[in-house]
Amino acid sequence: MRGATQVRWAACAVAVALAATACGGGGGTGGGGADGIVSSSWGDPQNPLEPANTNEVQGGKVLDMVFRGLVRYDPKTGEAKNEIAQKIESTDSQNFTITIKDNWTFSNGEKVTAQSFVDAWNYGAALKNNQKNAYFFQYIDGYDKVHPESGSASAGTLSGLKVVDDTTFTVKLSQKFSLWPDTLGYAAFVPLPKTFYENHDAWLAKPVGNGPYTVESYAKGSSMNLRRWDGYPGTDKAQNGGIDLKVYTDNNTAYTDLTAGNLDLVDDVPASQLKNVEADLGNRYINTPAGIIQTLAFPFYVKAWNTPDAVKVRQGLSMAINRAQITDQIFRKTRTPATDWTSPVLGKDGGYKPGLCGSPCEYDRTAAKKLIEEGGGIPGGQLKISYNADTGSHKEWVDAVCNSINNVMGDNRACVGAPVGTFADFRSQVSTQKLTGAWRAGWQMDYPLIQNFLQPLYYTNASSNDGKWSNEKFDGLVDKANAESDKAQAVTTFQDAEKVLAEQMPVIPLWYQNGSAGYSDRVENVSLNPFSVPVYDQIKVK
Amino acid sequence: MGRYVIRRLLQMIPVFFGTTLLIFLMVNVMGDPVAGLCGDRQCDPATAARLRAEFGLDKPVWQQYLTYMGNVFTGNFGTAFNGQKVTELMATAFPITIRLTVVAIVFEIVIGISLGVVTGLQRGRPVDTGVLVLTLVVISVPTFVTGLLLQLLLGVKWGVISPSVSSEAPLDELILPGLVLASVSLAYVTRLTRTSIAENTRADYVRTAVAKGLPRRRVVVRHLLRNSLIPVITFIGTDVGALMGGAIVTERIFNIHGVGYQLYQGILRQNTQTVVGFVTVLVLVFLAANLIVDLLYAVLDPRIRYA
Amino acid sequence: MPEPQPWDDAAGGGAISGAGAGGAMDLAMDEGATLEKTPGGPGGTGPAGKPRSLWSDAWRDLRRNPVFIISGLIILFLVVISIWPSLITSLDPLDCDLAKAQEGSQPGHPFGFDGQGCDVYTRTVYGARTSVTVGVCATLGVSLLGGVTGGLAGFFGGTWDALLSRLTDVFFGIPVVLGGLVFLSVVTSSTVWPVIGFIVLLGWPQIARIARGSVITVKQNDYVQAARALGASHSRMLLRHIAPNAIAPVIVVATIALGTYISLEATLSYLGVGLKPPAVSWGIDISAASPYIRNAPHMLLWPAAALAVTVLAFIMLGDAVRDALDPKLR
Repeated sequence: MRGATQVRWAACAVAVALAATACGGGGGTGGGGADGIVSSSWGDPQNPLEPANTNEVQGGKVLDMVFRGLVRYDPKTGEAKNEIAQKIESTDSQNFTITIKDNWTFSNGEKVTAQSFVDAWNYGAALKNNQKNAYFFQYIDGYDKVHPESGSASAGTLSGLKVVDDTTFTVKLSQKFSLWPDTLGYAAFVPLPKTFYENHDAWLAKPVGNGPYTVESYAKGSSMNLRRWDGYPGTDKAQNGGIDLKVYTDNNTAYTDLTAGNLDLVDDVPASQLKNVEADLGNRYINTPAGIIQTLAFPFYVKAWNTPDAVKVRQGLSMAINRAQITDQIFRKTRTPATDWTSPVLGKDGGYKPGLCGSPCEYDRTAAKKLIEEGGGIPGGQLKISYNADTGSHKEWVDAVCNSINNVMGDNRACVGAPVGTFADFRSQVSTQKLTGAWRAGWQMDYPLIQNFLQPLYYTNASSNDGKWSNEKFDGLVDKANAESDKAQAVTTFQDAEKVLAEQMPVIPLWYQNGSAGYSDRVENVSLNPFSVPVYDQIKVK
Repeated sequence: MGRYVIRRLLQMIPVFFGTTLLIFLMVNVMGDPVAGLCGDRQCDPATAARLRAEFGLDKPVWQQYLTYMGNVFTGNFGTAFNGQKVTELMATAFPITIRLTVVAIVFEIVIGISLGVVTGLQRGRPVDTGVLVLTLVVISVPTFVTGLLLQLLLGVKWGVISPSVSSEAPLDELILPGLVLASVSLAYVTRLTRTSIAENTRADYVRTAVAKGLPRRRVVVRHLLRNSLIPVITFIGTDVGALMGGAIVTERIFNIHGVGYQLYQGILRQNTQTVVGFVTVLVLVFLAANLIVDLLYAVLDPRIRYA
Repeated sequence: MPEPQPWDDAAGGGAISGAGAGGAMDLAMDEGATLEKTPGGPGGTGPAGKPRSLWSDAWRDLRRNPVFIISGLIILFLVVISIWPSLITSLDPLDCDLAKAQEGSQPGHPFGFDGQGCDVYTRTVYGARTSVTVGVCATLGVSLLGGVTGGLAGFFGGTWDALLSRLTDVFFGIPVVLGGLVFLSVVTSSTVWPVIGFIVLLGWPQIARIARGSVITVKQNDYVQAARALGASHSRMLLRHIAPNAIAPVIVVATIALGTYISLEATLSYLGVGLKPPAVSWGIDISAASPYIRNAPHMLLWPAAALAVTVLAFIMLGDAVRDALDPKLR
């Protein structure tokens, strides 16, 4: 044991020198109270941290701390509320006048003006900047000029954006879109300081924004230290001294570090540890709905799947999947069986309607087998469910779904998983219509609107309608809903469109994904927002 | 000897080009990496086309290879998809990995050879059987499980180490990861040493040495061990590359941001620049290790000479 | 006595030359003389004057070695259940009931259930076919290809050594994950052969290095020099003198590698490029059970134990064969 003790002391000496971890029991970082620092798990962002170029949750975490936009989604309810915007007005659902509050600045002192927004949006939309979320600006008039489908851009700025004065600008959309202001809470719409354009590399190395935290240091690939910005003008000031994000390549290690007292917050508890959570953390575990739904998609470009009989087969397959058992046994209740095509985070007013799918989403062995047989059996005699093997451990649930279908059919080879090595290969097979069987599909909402769960996925030729499903009735209802100026009426019309999905079952809804997190006994008031990102600014250090 | 070394160094050139070309082609045939960059949705075609142009993926493969090699010789290894320079990635990953590999190899040499000598001299005795059982455990239980259990036991339950390695990865934090990484190779080294020792105990020079009345310790170390080491160092030489590039599981368990992880990510994301860059360095390390091993043959066995 | 043959330049004048004609050679002559008198020694003759080959001697030794008999019986058992798994289980490895996931041992299911609610005992029995086939065939392939390449490189030295060794180096440079994703993702066959072929393709360089090193050492031995001086042909020297004495490290590495190849098959399946679902193998079950080691160790225990017994059998077999080939033990 002597050797081990020496190792421990040596490790402590290093740790103390770096002021990163404390030794012995408890653990944690620095002081407590309002200035306490919270350490949290992180993943390496896949793209440079430009707001319109960040399309995954790890980069999103940072942007959520460093930036505030016109609108902010309430971390609890997901409701869009004005943040920097004083008011967003429109008389025709197409021309909007946006007025901003005049007390906002960036953390480097620069004032946030109407120009800060317009420049940032023009940057995000422009083809030459290679921003992966450029499509967020697609509804703004002139988008097809700055970001044509092919060829080079014929305009440098969006013609639909006009600065009126320091606190006012107008936006003209290319079509009616009554819920458009509600989309503005997404990170792509945040304002950017001048230094972003003038000193781009320096900005990327240490982003400057207008949110409750500032970036103190950023070591790419290993950590980022954020500190409270005391001059923050918003109402949601940080309740702690700062956040230390630490990159983990495996969430299992992050979880182990949490149980060892070296980390305060893990926002993605590995499935294999869920059985231990209670023993390890007691009630310091949260499991709340996030705006993510998982589905099985089908190829409508394959004749056999695009027939009236195939509707019965898909409904039968849906009824053959024992969702409740799989979410219990495989996911340990971090998924909830889906009964519509949206997400519980939308709330009843936002369009979530449990049970909308009806009996086709309920497990019923006899009815399932009968429907599949009526529909002429599974096209090709065997259902192959493709998934990517490299991330997300999809194998377990795909195997479970197949076993469920096989048990119903009384044939151990009626359904098999078909792994694809890499995500890129999987996506390229999906988007180039190579797959002839079913595949796993997932949708993480961009903004909490029912429109976002329907239009991009099922509208004819929509950007993520990978199965190439097309239905005139559905398209008509979506168009009608977008033109409604009354929000409640729009939501009802979207739900009517959703009922078409229940009749046709173009994709089988599987389950709603939850966000899960565990935290140490040093911190309290930990919660996840509807995007399953921790609400860092509200965390309190004891 | 000198001429031999020069000849071997010259032979590295074709191997270097052969390997880089092979790896380059392999990453290329994996398909279009841009499809995976936009998450669960399709990249909009215009942006995808621009990204392809930026990474040079729109050019023919041979042209991509020539451009790439041209850049490599000016010290530019390209950029990873997250905007980081590959040289920067290498500068952070390689020092950590080299430390980890050194720890693992020291374990292989110290523990592996000691156990090998002991079991080789005591064939069939309880200690031999005990080591055999350990060997079987190491082979049939995945590194993932041994690593995880040791981490839980030492890191969480007893608190003697930190379960994860800090981003600076000093040597003392790498002791446990190094042991876990070395575990399977330890099985090889132990059994190779054991077999060689057992074979050579009956050799005439050993009998002679014993007959001359040399102390047992001297016989074992100077005569027996020295002549038994050739297969062992050959193995360790081949293991260097595997330890450096293939420590994916160990690196993940202990959160070490080393070469294995970067290479694995690069491959999964089909990032030619990262993969070829890292493999190129690994191949050079590997060639050097092989050369050193070959030279060691002559040191261990004076009858082997290089023209 | 074989006909004397002239010295071959390739052997002596290569990059790695044989010992000079100094003192070592004198010793060699002495040793050769001693060996002549040792019955059963390499190149020796039996009491009846009838030449006995080393290999038939080895076989006679083996048959009497209890270690060989035990390992042989284990391997025979593995082969039998690989061919007829239904002999010792009446269930189907693909019959799974998720309601029973991770449950422990119960009547009719002695080893409990895995994460999908499949019977662990049945899956372990059925997994033998895939795992033993992959392990044995890949090991044989790797040993043959690597052993021959490395042996030739070590024996001839010079240009041959340079060519073969640099070829091994190129193959060493291919990362397993990359190779798997490239070579195996294009394969549509659902048999084990592509996986075996792939393991051989990436596995042979290691054995080749080991064999080469071993041959280089053995080549310097007195009896080889003696045989050479007496004009033995290349093939005679390789097969009668060098192979039996150089094979030990190859056997050691191969028997351990057998176990790692069985695990490698699982790694490839995990990457989505190995055996196509619903394949059953020990490796796949071990890797599926690994994350749950804290809660349900029984899921890992049984397939891992099966793998351990298999490796043990082959290590014992390897030891027995090595002993039988070692004239010093007679």
